[in-house]
Amino acid sequence: MAKITFVQEDGTRQEVVAEPGLTVMEAAKTEDVPGIEAECGGACACATCHVYVEPEWREAVGPPSEMEEDMLDFAFDVREESRLSCQIRISDKLDGLVVKVPAKQF
Amino acid sequence: MNDTNPLQATDGEIGAPIETDALIIGAGPCGLFAVFELGLLDIKAHVVDILDKVGGQCAELYPEKPIYDIPALPIVTGQELTDRLMEQIKPFNPTFHLGQRIDALAREADGRFRLVTDAGQIFITKVVVIAAGGGSFTPKRPPLEGIEAYEGTSVFYAVRRMKDFADQDVLIVGGGDSALDWTLNLQPIARSLTLLHRRDDFRGAPHSVEKMRSLVASGAMRLLIGQATALHGADGRLERVTIKTKEGDEPLACTRMLPFFGLTMKLGPIADWGLNLEENLIPVDTEKFETSVPGIFAIGDINSYPGKLKLILSGFHEAALMSQAAHRIVYPDKKLLFQYTTSSSSLQKKLGVR
Repeated sequence: MAKITFVQEDGTRQEVVAEPGLTVMEAAKTEDVPGIEAECGGACACATCHVYVEPEWREAVGPPSEMEEDMLDFAFDVREESRLSCQIRISDKLDGLVVKVPAKQF
Repeated sequence: MNDTNPLQATDGEIGAPIETDALIIGAGPCGLFAVFELGLLDIKAHVVDILDKVGGQCAELYPEKPIYDIPALPIVTGQELTDRLMEQIKPFNPTFHLGQRIDALAREADGRFRLVTDAGQIFITKVVVIAAGGGSFTPKRPPLEGIEAYEGTSVFYAVRRMKDFADQDVLIVGGGDSALDWTLNLQPIARSLTLLHRRDDFRGAPHSVEKMRSLVASGAMRLLIGQATALHGADGRLERVTIKTKEGDEPLACTRMLPFFGLTMKLGPIADWGLNLEENLIPVDTEKFETSVPGIFAIGDINSYPGKLKLILSGFHEAALMSQAAHRIVYPDKKLLFQYTTSSSSLQKKLGVR
């Protein structure tokens, strides 16, 4: 199991324990993490599961794919550390991952 | 999600009021299958959808994604499912009104419903079937403080009249075809034009990107890489936009802004039709899938009832039961005989296979 921490705009932290193989979006939805909407259900088609990966985790998480980059155009306040959480697959390597939830998903 | 803008497309001619048996709101899989189930019972349907194509989320959000839980179709993509449903409902010849949203619904003195689209088309119908899924696809509004105050005067999500942009300082935001096409179309008439995108990479057609880049090179327009962070103006009139770029904040003179951030689903005007709603869903019974207003039904993702599952297959079942109840309203004096398509010669005749 891997522990994923979601940090809200106001600093509230929520830890979610998830099975490797799931996506970070799925882990968030299972525990009703606020601010992760995932309107399209994980098809990389809506950009409403946007998160910011904490600096120390960026290398382990890796960069977005080209399709994800295109979809990030539809997110707001996109930064270098932006990812769509439905496209981050959880592995043991990501145990301890910390992501920030944007103030708004649009 | 692509960023075609449904508000730009108003298909067909807007004519006299259309009288029909059933008006289906939403051309997603459930709306399309409702045409079939109603058709088997001789109920003629018109279908309205805000998108400029049929298929709803299947066509707009995941046309190429495989779906694995449609009975008897072990794997089918959103677009294939849409195409197959269109083929299945062909015998019933429904009329589609695409690129339109139903804005108003009221009951007539004779018990029928009068609905009006945003394009002004009027429908008079005996039953209404709301198959609107997650709501209507509407352009995403950038979460910039106070943007609402400028909408319709300085901030637009579609270009209805090009002359509204003539001699204006135009800012277009986005990196897809809508952003690029309007950049190329408005640049000749605008006083100044700036295209703003978060990265120096565009999803739009390569030849449009090329044209845009040569306009930038010749000094006819500007391309900024960054994001808008604040709007400034008064009384609905935009004057400046703060743009955050790598170099820092830049104030940009701007009197017209066109943000193209794709579409999102919003319940929209359905909220104003006097129906009971629970958390943006429409509660229905599980016998007829009728709403709190007799004659208005809701099927598919938009309804709610104990045990509801938002599955396409559930919506198909709901369409079948809804049609039985609709029959009692459309043909109050006719007895409805339950029949199978495998054996009923009358159903087979309707399907054109006999």
